[in-house]
Amino acid sequence: MAQVLPAERDLRRVIGDADGSGDRELEGLGEQELLDLYRSMVLLRTYDERSLVYHRQGRIGTYAIFWNHEAMQAGAVHALEDDDWIFPSYRESAIGLLRGMPPATVLSWWRGHPAGWWNPEDYNVASICVPIGTHVPHAAGLAWGKKLKGERALAIVFFGDGATSEGSFHEGANFAGVTRAPLVLFCNNNHWAISTPLEAQTRAETLAAKAVGYGMPGVRVDGTDVLAVYEATREAVDRARRGDGPTFIEAVTYRTAPHATADDPRSYIDLERVEEEKKRECLGRYDGYLRRLGILHDELAESIRAEAAGAMRAGIAAAEAEPPADPALLFAHAYVDPPATFGSDLDDLQRVLGG
Amino acid sequence: MAERSIVEEINDALHVELARDDAVMVMGEDVGRAGGVFRATAGLRDRFGPDRCFDTPLAEAGILGAAVGLCMAGWRPVCEMQYDAFSYPCLDQLITHVGRYRWRTGGTMQFPLVVRMPYGGGVRAPELHDDSPETYYVHTPGVKVTIPSTPADAKGLLAAAIRDSDPVVVLEPKLHYRTLRGDVPGGEHVVPLGKARLARAGDDVTLVAYGSMVPVCEAAADELDASVEVLDIRTLKPLDEEALLASVAKTGRVVIVQEAPRVCGFAAELAAILAEKAILDLQAPVLRVTGYDVPYPYWQIEDAYMPSVARVVDAVRRVCEF
Repeated sequence: MAQVLPAERDLRRVIGDADGSGDRELEGLGEQELLDLYRSMVLLRTYDERSLVYHRQGRIGTYAIFWNHEAMQAGAVHALEDDDWIFPSYRESAIGLLRGMPPATVLSWWRGHPAGWWNPEDYNVASICVPIGTHVPHAAGLAWGKKLKGERALAIVFFGDGATSEGSFHEGANFAGVTRAPLVLFCNNNHWAISTPLEAQTRAETLAAKAVGYGMPGVRVDGTDVLAVYEATREAVDRARRGDGPTFIEAVTYRTAPHATADDPRSYIDLERVEEEKKRECLGRYDGYLRRLGILHDELAESIRAEAAGAMRAGIAAAEAEPPADPALLFAHAYVDPPATFGSDLDDLQRVLGG
Repeated sequence: MAERSIVEEINDALHVELARDDAVMVMGEDVGRAGGVFRATAGLRDRFGPDRCFDTPLAEAGILGAAVGLCMAGWRPVCEMQYDAFSYPCLDQLITHVGRYRWRTGGTMQFPLVVRMPYGGGVRAPELHDDSPETYYVHTPGVKVTIPSTPADAKGLLAAAIRDSDPVVVLEPKLHYRTLRGDVPGGEHVVPLGKARLARAGDDVTLVAYGSMVPVCEAAADELDASVEVLDIRTLKPLDEEALLASVAKTGRVVIVQEAPRVCGFAAELAAILAEKAILDLQAPVLRVTGYDVPYPYWQIEDAYMPSVARVVDAVRRVCEF
């Protein structure tokens, strides 16, 4: 059952080179679906680029950049049904936008404002997981729990190459394997965990090779090829839906941006490789593919970009229009039945604050 | 009513609650086929099936992490940690997610899970089968903690924990799993969280304890000439401050007994509350009788580590003579 493609040269691709050599077409994806996928990528790209600007303007806090990761996020989500659950890490902070979450919600999260809290059940998108890999068991548990209830929904969990060194990744993957949970483990291998390169993270030939140890298939795709990601995820989803259990997807890409706004990678990263990777960044590749098919042209691309830019302008305006957070929220939400001491703590706080 | 042991009542509570609510499930290491290493989950797998009494891989963080996801799918998982000190890997999930997830969702989702485990020493066991880890759990925001000391409370508090909408950690005194027996109501029996139990009424001094230290306090009270009140805290969070302050208002003298190491233990929290809210009621310093700040010892000298009747009697004499 377990199978792993041996090396990077065997990465699955659908989008060929700039001259069109190697282009494939995927069954079941019509013009409308292909353009929807493009819209999703543009929305994520616009979110990311605007967020960097907002950070520099002091309008949001520290921000984890995901530039050139959009193909992995959009390609995978488009292979899901709306009832399927998404478990994002901070690198996928804006993935809820693909489920209709307003940009203002995610911007509020990065602004440290409680308006950035959402109800996961509204979008079937779990809360952003900040500690590395600890949400893998959550996704395994949810997927297993849905299966036990006889429901159709499955789960996908996103994490990076560094997360595969974490114990919780191992325990979650193993749990999913043992319970044959309908789970897609989606590893965004961008080769860097802040400053730690992949070769310092593991001596495994590939990350997908780890799947063998959990009794699940491991597949490798080009993470900058949105259609390859879509195809691999669709196969994993079909497998899970058939009751054949979890799949590990290693999407290979390269981090072309700092880890986050507080990081300066110039001291550790290969800047020439970064420039090479930027030339084949995921949105540009897909843009070229659609144009070769005659589906996309300047006017349409411009209108899609304008739509995304408009959504972000409205999003940051709405996030900044949120009233200041009420300090009373300190004591809200942690418990269904809060301890009695919360009442006197709040009274004391309001007396000191003059509220 | 029948004389029953603590572990029998834990088992009964699980049978009653799984029968009562289809969403309740038990998961842990060896809970199914073996019925638990202490037999706390005996018979559940046969009665409710392997999905609702699930033998997990050996992975404490994975168990609790999966339980978070199970809650999101509508289940109410009851997780067994096989021993106190083997629960430490699950602290990662407990601190980073279990206590925070509801807050993180703006109070929109519930995580009605239970973590239950045998705790405490005195059982002549190898290393790391003897710890009293309650402080780690009580210190974690978003999590409730309860520790029964009698068979009736073992059943009733576990039932309350399972029915509670918040995550609850239940520490069970393994020393008394089979040695302490008592009358217990059959069928559904719920003891509300957050209510202390007056184990013994008295006027001169209050002994405050929970779990396996309650019988030690009762034995000390038997030896003393003074009129000793024994307050069984039962739930560490939420704490029944009212019962604590009422007892101290009556006696004016307090000894707090805890098996865990002293520094930052729960006795320190209780003493701090008394300093803040009962200073004018106190006739003597609040004393603590606790384990020492050392690793839990080899079992040949564990009796010297455990708070004993003699140490409690000594502390009571000191506060009474102050």
